[in-house]
Amino acid sequence: MAWNFNNREAMFLQIADHMRLEILNGVYAPDQQIPSVRQLAFTASVNPNTMQRALAQLEEEGLLYARGTVGRFVSSDPDVISAAKERMRQKTVRRWIREATALGISVDEMISYIQKEENEQ
Amino acid sequence: MSAPVLSCHNLYKSYKGGKMVLNGFQCSLASGKIIGLLGPNGCGKSTLMKLICGLLVPDHGEIRVCGELQSEATNAMISYLPERTYCNNWMRVDELIDYFCDFYSDFDENAARRMLAELKIDTRMTLKTLSKGNKEKVQLVMVMARRARLYLLDEPIAGVDSAARDYILQTIIGNYNPEATIVITTHLIHDIEPILDEFAFMGEGGKIMLSGVADDVRAERGKSLDELFKEVFKCSVNS
Repeated sequence: MAWNFNNREAMFLQIADHMRLEILNGVYAPDQQIPSVRQLAFTASVNPNTMQRALAQLEEEGLLYARGTVGRFVSSDPDVISAAKERMRQKTVRRWIREATALGISVDEMISYIQKEENEQ
Repeated sequence: MSAPVLSCHNLYKSYKGGKMVLNGFQCSLASGKIIGLLGPNGCGKSTLMKLICGLLVPDHGEIRVCGELQSEATNAMISYLPERTYCNNWMRVDELIDYFCDFYSDFDENAARRMLAELKIDTRMTLKTLSKGNKEKVQLVMVMARRARLYLLDEPIAGVDSAARDYILQTIIGNYNPEATIVITTHLIHDIEPILDEFAFMGEGGKIMLSGVADDVRAERGKSLDELFKEVFKCSVNS
């Protein structure tokens, strides 16, 4: 299954987002080894070097750690995990604001729309 | 640093009575890359590939593969998928495998049989009884099962359905080898974008209009290669 990408951002950052979300959603447990770069690139139908760059990004954030040549593992550090969650939250909210602005909706209006939508559900 | 997998220097090629197809073409490609050679029809992509594997002779210029001048020795390092099929239709897939084993010392029969099994292709079938999509897949499997240094894939995804296209792209990724470089020509840019390291837009006379690391250029310009391609080649028509 190939992933979908937008054109606004580098592909490796989008792959990193996707992997970050999978880790936070528990697809990979803390201290679990993730598949190899080759395997992940194959699954996502993306270039192996781009996948490598995405994983290096997550390693830099501390969400993944390398164990010698064995491979990469998911961090079990609660600080790192909450930082990653915060990052995802921030990114999502920023996207909402950007999209609302494009539609000419103010932040206050957006909040009331969200509340209205939630009440109806 | 080791020699580039491919280097072309000052390459000129014209056809009899025709126009100059390559007009001083230059390039140098490192190993471990998947590179898209993208350009409109007739810009010289296929001609370039044929020159690299010695099927055509340049008017002028130099081609080196892994540091060696174009020769039989360099041909042994190149795995080429031409735009048109060269496999005999009457052959069974098994016979084609034997043929490749005889011809190429770097052919990995086990890898080929594994990939064909994944595709559920019965190797006792003759090529002519396979569907167009399956025939294209068999040829790609044969080419990718060689342990070459340079793969030249001329339009590997043209003319097959999107499921076959996905399989072909995954086969290319699955055979990734940091020692080798893969050059792919296509006009179906959207489909191959995600698997490219680097790209070059090739215009009239083999002129490189734009090139770079695919992901960096996408991020810099905020546009897909597909969109950029349309922009670049629209301009060249008007100017």
